[in-house]
Amino acid sequence: MDIPYTVKPRPDTGLYNAKVGIWLFLASEVMLFGAFFSSYILLRVGAPDGFWPDVATAWPHGLLNIPIGTFNTAVLIISSVTVLLAWASLKEGNLPKFKKFMAATILCALGFLAIKSYEYNEKFTHYVIRLKDGTAVTGHLDIDGKSPRFWSLATVEAKKLESIKVHVDVPNQFRYPVGFKHESHAEAEAKAGGHGAGEHAAREIKTADIALLQAFIPKTGTFFAIYFTMTFLHGLHVLGGAIVMAYIAFVGDGMWKTDPERYTNRIEVAGLFWHFVDLVWIFLFPVVYLL
Amino acid sequence: MHTATTHAQAHGHGHGHEHAHEHHEPGFWAKYIFSTDHKMIGIQYGITSLVFLFFGFLLMLAMRQQLANPGQPVPFVGKLLEKTLGADAASGGVMQGDLYNAFGAMHGTIMVFLAIVPLAFGAFGNYVTPLQIGAPDMAFPRLNMASYHLYFWGGVVMLVSFFIPGGAAKSGWTSYSPLATLADMDHLVNGQTMWLIGMVLLITSSLLGAVNFIATIIQLRAKGMTWMRLPFFVWAQFVTAFLLLLAFPPLEAAGLMQLADNVLKTSFFLPTGLVTSGGPVPASGGGSPLLWQHLFWFLAHPEVYVLILPAMGIVSEVIANNTRKPLWGYKSMVYAALAIGFLAFIVWAHHMYLTGMGTKISTFFQTTTMMISIPSVIILTALFISLWGGSIRFNTPMLFALAFLPMFGIGGLTGLPLGFNASDIYLHDSYYVIGHFHYVVAPGTIFGLFAGVYFWYPKATGRFMSEFWGKVHFFGSLVCMNLIFAPMFVQGLRGMSRRMYDGGATYFGNGVDPGVLWLNKFISHAALGLLIFQLPFIWNFFSSLFIGKKIESDNPWQATTLDWQTPTPPPHGNFATEPVVYRGPYEYSVPGAAKDFIPQGQKS
Repeated sequence: MDIPYTVKPRPDTGLYNAKVGIWLFLASEVMLFGAFFSSYILLRVGAPDGFWPDVATAWPHGLLNIPIGTFNTAVLIISSVTVLLAWASLKEGNLPKFKKFMAATILCALGFLAIKSYEYNEKFTHYVIRLKDGTAVTGHLDIDGKSPRFWSLATVEAKKLESIKVHVDVPNQFRYPVGFKHESHAEAEAKAGGHGAGEHAAREIKTADIALLQAFIPKTGTFFAIYFTMTFLHGLHVLGGAIVMAYIAFVGDGMWKTDPERYTNRIEVAGLFWHFVDLVWIFLFPVVYLL
Repeated sequence: MHTATTHAQAHGHGHGHEHAHEHHEPGFWAKYIFSTDHKMIGIQYGITSLVFLFFGFLLMLAMRQQLANPGQPVPFVGKLLEKTLGADAASGGVMQGDLYNAFGAMHGTIMVFLAIVPLAFGAFGNYVTPLQIGAPDMAFPRLNMASYHLYFWGGVVMLVSFFIPGGAAKSGWTSYSPLATLADMDHLVNGQTMWLIGMVLLITSSLLGAVNFIATIIQLRAKGMTWMRLPFFVWAQFVTAFLLLLAFPPLEAAGLMQLADNVLKTSFFLPTGLVTSGGPVPASGGGSPLLWQHLFWFLAHPEVYVLILPAMGIVSEVIANNTRKPLWGYKSMVYAALAIGFLAFIVWAHHMYLTGMGTKISTFFQTTTMMISIPSVIILTALFISLWGGSIRFNTPMLFALAFLPMFGIGGLTGLPLGFNASDIYLHDSYYVIGHFHYVVAPGTIFGLFAGVYFWYPKATGRFMSEFWGKVHFFGSLVCMNLIFAPMFVQGLRGMSRRMYDGGATYFGNGVDPGVLWLNKFISHAALGLLIFQLPFIWNFFSSLFIGKKIESDNPWQATTLDWQTPTPPPHGNFATEPVVYRGPYEYSVPGAAKDFIPQGQKS
C-alpha cells in the first residue's frame, strides 16, 4: 500500500498531505515568533524611563535606518508577489516563465539579505562610549581614517592608544524617532559649539576617561539583543527558504516532466512558507524600526 | 468463519509473498538505522528511550544514596565517578554538591525529554497510530526518520555534557535564569550551553514529529474511519501532538535567548545590577528572569499533559480489551481530552505563585488550574466505570493499566493543594511537590507505558512476554513505587526542603529536627528495591524475543482495533488491501454477536 494523498487532495479535507504539513509547521512558527514578540513587549515595558544612552537600560529609539528598512520591506513584498506568479505560471504549464519568476524571487531574497548585512555592519561599526564622569556618547570611531568593528575598551588598551577620535552623533538624535531630521556635521558642530568651521566633526576621547566602549552588538543592551536575535532568526528563514526554492526550481526541476502536479504542489508549499516569512517581516519592521 | 482475524491473516500471508517478489530486502543500515518505516522508527524510539529511562533512574539512585548517607562514597560506582567526572565532582567517590545538582538537573531532563515523551509519543505513537487508523505509514516517512535522528543526537549532546569541563547543566531541569547563566561562567562552553543545544535538537525533533502525527491522523485515516470511530489512543496522541506543536516553540525561543545570554553575553534574562560572590556581573542588565519562567512553563505545563495523555490512551485500549466491554463514555473522554488540550495552555503560571507576580494573576491561574482538573477527572472516572460489570482478564498489561488508575488519582488529587495559591506557598519548595509530580509520572505514566509494552509486544515480535516475570515486575514495582513516593508527602508536609543535597543534615546543624529525616534512608532502600524489580523486566524484554510463547493468531488479545488486523509483525505498508472501517473502536460483547468482539474492519 502506498501512502495516499501525497499529490491529490483527500476529498473530505480538500488538502494534500504536504499542505496540511506546512500549515501545521507554520502554526508552530507563529508560536515561535509569537514568543519573541511577547518577549520584546515584556522587555520593553520593563525598561526604565529615560533616554538611552544617558540611562543605560532605557529603551533606545531611532537607531535603525528607516529608509533602508522600508526599502527592504518592499523587496520582500515584491518577492512574495513573484513567488505567487511563479506558481501561477506552473499552473499555466509555462516552465520558462516560472523559472524567470523564481529567479526574481531568489534575487529578492538575496538582495534582502545583502541589505540586512549592510545594516548589521552599520551597527557593528557604531559605538556607545560611557565616560568615567557618567556621561555617554554614541558615534563612529575614526582610527587613521578607518571605522573598525567590534572594538571594546580592551581593544583600545591592547593597542596602547592614549586617545581615540570619535565622530560623535548629534545629541538628542535618538530621542525623536518620528520626523527627526538628520543634521549635517556642520550643523551638529555648530550646535555642539566645540570646533571651528571646516574642521572635522570629531572628538578626541582619552582612553583613561573611558569606562565602557562597546559596538552596537547584542550584549550592549536588551534592545540590541532582541533586535539581533529576531532579525537574525528571520534572516535564517529567508536564507533557508531561498536555498530550498533555488533547489526546487533549478536542480529538482526534472520532476516537472515526471510529475507536474506534485512539482506544482511543491512550489505552492514553498510559497506558503515564503509568504509567512514575508509576514513575519511585516510585523518585525514596524515593531523594531518604527515604534 | 467470517471473523476479521482470518481475513487479516489471509491478506497478510498473500501480502507477504507479494512483498518478497516486489522488493529486495534492504541492507542493515537502511533497515535498522535509516529506516523510514514507522514501525522500525517506533522501535528505535522505544529502545533508545528505555535506555534513557534506565539511565535517568540510575542518576536518581546515586542522588538517593547521597541523601540517605550524606558524605559517604557512592557504592560500586564512586571510584568510577571520580575517574570519569573528575575529583571536583566526586572526590574520593563522594558526590559533591555540584555533581548532585548536575545529576538532579539531568535526571529531570532525561526522564522528561529523553525517556518518557519519546517512549509515549515517539515509540507508541509511531508504532501504533498508523496501524490503528488503517494507514500504510506516516504521512511524511522521511521527516519521521529525521525526527528520530534529531532526538538521538539531542540525547548524545546531553550525555556528552557530563564529561566536559565544569560538568553537565546543574540548574535544575527548569534551568531558571539567572542561575542557569551564572552557574558556570568560567567555561564558555559549559553544561548549560550543551543543555540548550541538546534542547534545541529535541524540540526540533518533537516539532517534526508533531506535524507528522497530526497530518497523518487528519489525512491517512482509512475509509470509514470517522473521527468518532478513532480509538481513544489515537485521540490522545492527536491532542498530544497539538500540545507539542504549539507549546514547544516558545521554549525554543527561550532556549535561543538563554543561549545568547550564555554565549553572546546578552541580558535577556539578567536583571540590572546583578551581583554574585565574584562581584558585579559584567552584563548590560535590563532583562527579566520572570520572562524565562513564563516561556519555560508555557511549554512545561502542557508537557505534563504530553506525559499523561498517551498513557491514558494506552490504558484505555488495555482496559477496553481486558474488560471485554466498550469504554464507558467514549465521547465524553474524547471531549475531555480536547478540553485538556485547550486548557493546558492557560494554566502555566501556577508553577510561579512564589515569584511575586501578583495575586490577581495568581487568582486567574488558580481558577484555570481547578478547571483543568475536571476533564482529567472525567477521563479517570470513565475508565473506572468501564471496569464495572466487566469480566476482567488479569494479565500483566491489565494489571499495569489497573494500577495506573489509583496511582494517577493520588498524583492528581495531591496536586490540588499545589494549584491553590495559598497552600502552594507553604508546600512549593518541599518534598510534597516531588511526591505529587512523581505519582503522576512514575507509577502513573510509566505504568501506563509498561502496560503498552506488554500489550503490543506480541504484535511487534510475534511472541508474548512472560506472564510470570511480568507479574513479579508489576507487584514489585507497585509496592516500591509507593514506598518511595508516599513518604515524600510526609516529609513535605513537615516542611522538608527539596533542595538540600545533604538530605537535610543542615537542619540538625541549626538545632532543628523535623522528625522525618529517617525516611530518607527508607525511601532510598525502596528505590533500590525498585531497581531490583526492574531486572525481571529487562530479562523478560530481551529473552522473550527468543523464548517467549509464540502467538497463535494475529489477534492474540481478541481486540477490535485495526492494529490487530495486520499480519504479525506488520510488513512494510502494514495492510495488504486497503482496510475499510464499519464500526466504532470498542465493540466488545455485543449482544447477539457470534464472538465477544467485532473488529472495526468487519462488515457484519
